[in-house]
Amino acid sequence: MAYRKTVASLVAAAALLGTSSASYAATEISWWFAHGGHLGEVVNQIGENYNASQDACQITPVFKGTYEETLTSGIAAFRAGEQPNILQVFDAGAATIIGAKGAVVPAQDILENAGVEFNSEDYIEGVRNFYADSEGKMIGMPFNSSTPILYVNEEALEKAGVEAPKTWEDFQEIAPKLKEAGYVPLAQSHLPWIFTENFKSRHNLQFATNNNGFDGAEGTQQVFGEPIKNHFTAVKGWLDDGLFGYYGTGWGDNQTPFNEGKVAMWLGSSGSFGGIQKTVEFPFSATYLPYWDAVEGAGTGTFIGGGALFAMAGKPEEENKCVASFFEYLTSPEVQYMWHRETGYVPITNAAYDLAKKDGHYDRNPAAEVGIKQLTLPGGEWTKGYRMGFYGQIRDIMNREYGRILAGETTVEDAFKNIEADGNKLLERFAKTTSN
Amino acid sequence: MLLLPQLVIVTVFFLWPAAEAVQSSFYLEDPFGFGATFVGFDNFVDTVTSTDYGRVARFTAVFTFFVTFLSLGIALLLAVKADKVLRGGSSYKTLLMWVYAVAPPVAGLIGVMLFDQHVGPIVEFFALFGWEMQIGVDYFDTSFAMTVTAVWKQVPVNFIFFLSGLQGISKSVQEAASIDCRSSFRRFWTVTFPLLAPTGFFLLIINITYAFFDTFGIVDIIVKQEPGNNPVTLVYKVFLDGFRGNDLGGSSAQSVILMVLVFILTVVQFRLIERRVHYT
Repeated sequence: MAYRKTVASLVAAAALLGTSSASYAATEISWWFAHGGHLGEVVNQIGENYNASQDACQITPVFKGTYEETLTSGIAAFRAGEQPNILQVFDAGAATIIGAKGAVVPAQDILENAGVEFNSEDYIEGVRNFYADSEGKMIGMPFNSSTPILYVNEEALEKAGVEAPKTWEDFQEIAPKLKEAGYVPLAQSHLPWIFTENFKSRHNLQFATNNNGFDGAEGTQQVFGEPIKNHFTAVKGWLDDGLFGYYGTGWGDNQTPFNEGKVAMWLGSSGSFGGIQKTVEFPFSATYLPYWDAVEGAGTGTFIGGGALFAMAGKPEEENKCVASFFEYLTSPEVQYMWHRETGYVPITNAAYDLAKKDGHYDRNPAAEVGIKQLTLPGGEWTKGYRMGFYGQIRDIMNREYGRILAGETTVEDAFKNIEADGNKLLERFAKTTSN
Repeated sequence: MLLLPQLVIVTVFFLWPAAEAVQSSFYLEDPFGFGATFVGFDNFVDTVTSTDYGRVARFTAVFTFFVTFLSLGIALLLAVKADKVLRGGSSYKTLLMWVYAVAPPVAGLIGVMLFDQHVGPIVEFFALFGWEMQIGVDYFDTSFAMTVTAVWKQVPVNFIFFLSGLQGISKSVQEAASIDCRSSFRRFWTVTFPLLAPTGFFLLIINITYAFFDTFGIVDIIVKQEPGNNPVTLVYKVFLDGFRGNDLGGSSAQSVILMVLVFILTVVQFRLIERRVHYT
């Protein structure tokens, strides 16, 4: 008993000490994020810099594991009334958190309530709408934003005497030469993101009913047309001919052979830039995600992937002011440029992009600009993004069926039938959860 | 009265969560807990009619069978051999037992390294015989890696129990048997094995439960949390839909199905198999 008392009083004393020294008059806010390794260090750096830049607020970034784990802990915390002020949610979780009315305060409201001027035109085209509602009101503050691009091993291309492909038709022409030169011509790291979501955007094709799901969950269904089925038929053909390598669902399993110089071209995230630069020994460059010239209206821009910061509801006004002040700091050109430079994620505002240009960042690293240029390509009706619930599970279904196509366990036609059946059932279920 | 503490523990840690699961399996709830709609058996119907559920259930059955059969078989063989070793017996036994101390996720991690499609030594070994293993891509190869890892992890436990079971059989019985029958193989099946049956039955239940539930960590590590077209067990699917997918109702329905399944399994085991086991 005596021992317990000592421990309790020690804990209490420590807590008192902690609060009195750290937050002398400053309002404390918390930020749960999902970046490990180098990215996590940069996130913490941003937090420290922000705290040093002013006295009124103190932000504490907390690492919460993978994207899924972070969202799940955020939800569990919200149900217990212990939610953080800011929660990072990844692209596929956007519908879940936006659909739960009352879970978040829209980023735009938080800024405007605190008297910060907000203009969505300041944000880059492909970034502006992804976390917004159907009227264009920004709900989540885009944070780590990336887009799929094609990385090429310059050495391999030179050996084969070919140039990086602009379209998939080009690819079919050059791939056999790369194979002859001893390379696996192509690999990719995320079939749902690169070959489905952004495939739709790059070809300006509808992805779901209800305006890609932005107009509401009720009755939203996935739309798969001939182009994407033809694409997967082609990909399976490439795989059989040794023109394409598939190493499973894991991101790293597919990137490793490119880093090792076995795969000549790799489709990955623009945010992979920093990591590749540190790892590979061969000269590399990057270019836009290829598209099928045969599809009418193809060649439009892509939208962002990655994650956004959401201001959780149920917090005191004072803390929300601090969240606004942090968002303002985060979107300032200097901070955005630093984030862009350190990680390879794209800057989300035009001002930050201009700053990077002026500083000569792209003269030094031309490949670093590919992602943002692709995001600013002319858009179309279907390039704003998508909004579908239980989307994490739908991605798992896609991965499962695509994997089975590539392993030869099923046909393209049957696989898409399954994706539609299981996916639409989930969408229907999601609509029921948000209708009350 | 003396039973009270145990009853409290059972209620708080088993019955209450189970009741919660049963309840939420009849509701469709938004993840943030703003509201739940009663949907009757919809969650169960959706679960069972999804295109993948049958496949997962089949895999779970086959996986459970192989893991149980192989880990019991190998452990019994090792135990019989170890029982006969006289010199250096204890170091030999320790060598076989240490794996027991490895946690399932760590076992999974070791499995992942050995079976890695780019640098795994086992993959390179099989490549010599022309088998190009691709863990994470090929369904069969991934199942194979999972089974091997799960069996490897479980053999030591079984080994310990079988060994102590064997040592519990009195020497006089064995000596009498060896006078009656010269074939040690037949002696084993007719005398030793029946005497081991209580241990065997206990281990059978333990192993089925292990293959069903405790292999979770191994599955998780081998599929790297991204199942794709890889085999997963029913328990892992509960986790996927509940924690990755935030679908509480659907995942609760699945766990209720599992509860019922385990209940039936236990009843069957006790009714059918235990009758043939003689406790001495």
